[in-house]
Amino acid sequence: MNLFASLFPAYAEIFLLVMVSVILIVDLFMVNYTKTLTYLLVQLTLLGCSLITVSTHQEGIAHLFNHMFVDDLMADVLKLLTYLSVSMMLVYSRTYLMARGLFTGEFLGLVLFATLGMMVMISASNFVTLYLGLELLALSQYALVALQRDSSVATESAMKYFILGAMASGFLLYGMSMMYGATGSLDVNRIAEVIQNGSANHTLLVFGLAFIVAGLAFKLGAVPFHMWVPDVYHGAPTAMTMFIGTAPKLAAFAFVMRILVEALQPLMIHWSGMLVILAVLSMAVGNITAIAQTNMKRMLAYSTISHMGFLLIGVLSGTVEGYGAAMLYAVVYVLMSLGAFGMIMLLSREGFEADNLNDFKGLNQRSPWLAFMMMLLMFSMAGVPPTIGFYAKLAVFSAAVHAGHIPLVVTAVVFSLIGAFYYLRIVKLMYFDAPESHEKIYVQPDSSLLISINGLAVLALGILPNTLLSVCAVSMQQSFLH
Amino acid sequence: MIFGYPLLSVAIWLPILFGVLVLATGNDSNARLARVIALVGGILGFLVTIPLYTGFDRMTSAMQFVEMKDWITRFNIHYHLGVDGISVLFVLLNSFFTPLVVIAGWQVIEKRVAQYMAAFLIMSGLVNGVFASLDAMLFYVFWEAMLIPMFIIIGVWGGPNRVYAALKFFLYTLLGSLLMLVALLYLYMQSGSFEILDFHRMAMPSLTAQVLVFIAFFMAFSVKVPMVPVHTWLPDAHVEAPTGGSVILAAIMLKVGAYGFIRFSMPITPDASHYLAPVMIALSLIAVVYIGLVALTQADMKKLVAYSSISHMGFVTLGFFIFNAYGMEGALLQMISHGFVSGALFLCIGVLYDRVHSRQIVDYGGVANKMPVFAALFMLFAMANSGLPGTSGFVGEFMVILGAVKANFWYAFLAASTLIFGAAYTLWMYKRVIFGAVANDHVAHLRDIGAREKIVFVVLAITVLGMGLYPLPFADIMHASVNDLLVHLAIPKVTN
Repeated sequence: MNLFASLFPAYAEIFLLVMVSVILIVDLFMVNYTKTLTYLLVQLTLLGCSLITVSTHQEGIAHLFNHMFVDDLMADVLKLLTYLSVSMMLVYSRTYLMARGLFTGEFLGLVLFATLGMMVMISASNFVTLYLGLELLALSQYALVALQRDSSVATESAMKYFILGAMASGFLLYGMSMMYGATGSLDVNRIAEVIQNGSANHTLLVFGLAFIVAGLAFKLGAVPFHMWVPDVYHGAPTAMTMFIGTAPKLAAFAFVMRILVEALQPLMIHWSGMLVILAVLSMAVGNITAIAQTNMKRMLAYSTISHMGFLLIGVLSGTVEGYGAAMLYAVVYVLMSLGAFGMIMLLSREGFEADNLNDFKGLNQRSPWLAFMMMLLMFSMAGVPPTIGFYAKLAVFSAAVHAGHIPLVVTAVVFSLIGAFYYLRIVKLMYFDAPESHEKIYVQPDSSLLISINGLAVLALGILPNTLLSVCAVSMQQSFLH
Repeated sequence: MIFGYPLLSVAIWLPILFGVLVLATGNDSNARLARVIALVGGILGFLVTIPLYTGFDRMTSAMQFVEMKDWITRFNIHYHLGVDGISVLFVLLNSFFTPLVVIAGWQVIEKRVAQYMAAFLIMSGLVNGVFASLDAMLFYVFWEAMLIPMFIIIGVWGGPNRVYAALKFFLYTLLGSLLMLVALLYLYMQSGSFEILDFHRMAMPSLTAQVLVFIAFFMAFSVKVPMVPVHTWLPDAHVEAPTGGSVILAAIMLKVGAYGFIRFSMPITPDASHYLAPVMIALSLIAVVYIGLVALTQADMKKLVAYSSISHMGFVTLGFFIFNAYGMEGALLQMISHGFVSGALFLCIGVLYDRVHSRQIVDYGGVANKMPVFAALFMLFAMANSGLPGTSGFVGEFMVILGAVKANFWYAFLAASTLIFGAAYTLWMYKRVIFGAVANDHVAHLRDIGAREKIVFVVLAITVLGMGLYPLPFADIMHASVNDLLVHLAIPKVTN
């Protein structure tokens, strides 16, 4: 009983693990290719996780398993958003995957395992747990990308993803081991204390930090560690691209927070300088290269790279305000990406991928409502008010100006202008050009409803952004201001 | 809230609401319904703004019809609306033009009518928001948001090169705005709020900081005005935009930029404004003289009026930066007058274009023989554009020149050249299009304007003449605010 009660903060993870096992077994007895029951079980599991996370929420910070696991407000908020994002991704991709014979029990199982990995990453407070979560997520993702066995492109991108991902993990581990060598601990709070005392070898610390930052940059897809992003985004089936591009970014953000802020805050002057370089390069390469793309998924991949640059500006400000801004940016980015990839899947049919820019031509004439939703999403990505994308950029810029990074903000502003061009080009294709095909667009009612909610949310949150901004700010204050 | 309802909020949200309603009518099978709803929305939108004029207290320079609610507490941003004697005129001007462009596009627009009408209504609400915002971030949101409908209007219903023009329009404006955003963030860090009036009052002892902030604002507003050398988007946008788009661009959008100078740049950074005034005056005079000459050589009527707009807006910025009451009030009157006159001229060109499908001057000649009523009205607007006494165009130009004489004779001398160039390019164009023998078959088959077009032109003609003969109703509402602004500008913020 006592043990049971002490596990309280980790109920959601435990519940999910039990449910994945149950679902995998149940699925064996499902011959029906639509997998309705399994699908519903997965959605119910995610709903159950949300209820558990909400009901187990408590004030303050709780540690568990010998300080391996932490439950704070940031963890709870990010977990809830992760469930939401995964659940939305499943709704968007169900029809798409069924048409391609990929909507299998393995897919659903892997998605849930990846979700578990993200939850562990979000709640880890020890380098070992962090790495455990990361690998659980990463291995599930490699398998997801490779799920389309008969597609050579997908297999190739899975291979690239795996090799580069493994290398990044190696970097990260190497860095972590140096931290361990310098401080004698793997616990994030303990590491911070030791560095603060000044008893650790400084050279070793900074050396280790460089490896850790490189590993993080790989996972985030920040330049110059971004090579895998376009290939994987392009090659993977769109549903998998959507999965890789959304919820894991929330987990990656938490990962960065736990390592750089919670453990290595005393080294801020060092990592903040490294992140400036990563941020500027990401914004530059991402935004400029995106202009040259003709494939929507590739364009969104470069757009992701640039968004990670903006997110890093929030982190490198090194203030609680900046972390809150970065968290907002991550959340908003996930919301917009879900919509954008969702739109590609809505427009795709059996045997046809709507992933070329030209497939968006004249969308306004074929379906004004979908075009309007896509326009909202694109303007949000470009950061044009009154969409939420603007406030994400505003928050990040504001934090950076506050931290005295005015030249960096001016650079970011110039790159977001360049970025606006290729988002506008999508709007141009949809509204100004004539359609290439007049094929009727059939949309399932559930995904049609979801894309409407998604698009309108971008607008509604832009008109009334107060709640979301406060949630992000408060969770950062409660988690890191002590 | 004198009339029991929040006037400014209604002025902003009513057109937007009607815009959404119009969108809801769906495809072109309901085009008629869409037009009617749009017209009702436009007229109602204008009617609700009339109490802003009648209920305005002319004795005070304080903000009136103020509304204030928390909006984004995280950044201390408020939904803060209010108008003074300067901005109230532009809210009225904008609301006045909305029903006119709806009527002007009544039959001309046949494709995606609902989207067209909705774009104009939504834009009308957003522009009202720009003029009524007292919170800089609220201003910024409206300012950027109004780009979206204009981008769509140019890109969807525009001419052959519309995509280029729409993108150029959007990106030019966005570059300026983003730098303004950095300036606003800097001011926010210094003052702790985004209140425009707090920005006015806050101390800025360093001239360098003032100059940098001024330049950031200058980037945003000079693109919008537009001032030389960032004016090149305007001829493209005007030429490609549909008639209604050109009207709103010329009559309203350009004013937003000039308004920015008096609401932000000058009161926030008075010393930098004085310090950089010679540059601003030089750029204004270049616009007046050089762009006036450029207008003379245009073969395309819309381009000609577009360049004429740049030249006339040069007068406005000149009037601002000579820092006296004549100049300032003259510039504001010029803005209002130019709104009416350039709007009317674009509508005139629209009338010809709808019938002949050409904007080239050489394709016309002898139009007066076939369209006498139109020719007479066009004449009035052409005269107003060249600043003939008795029309609205004269009042503002005369006052700015008067103000310029006080500042420096040569400013006035160069500025006054517009009376010659303006008359030259406008009337020469008019002569080539309207007079002479019937030039070709197209002209021979022209029909004179119908009742729908007559309503629009007669309303505008009355306004142009009325303002020219009796400008007091426009001038007296702004007195208190202009005087207050000039007093504010005379007090240096730099301490050493």
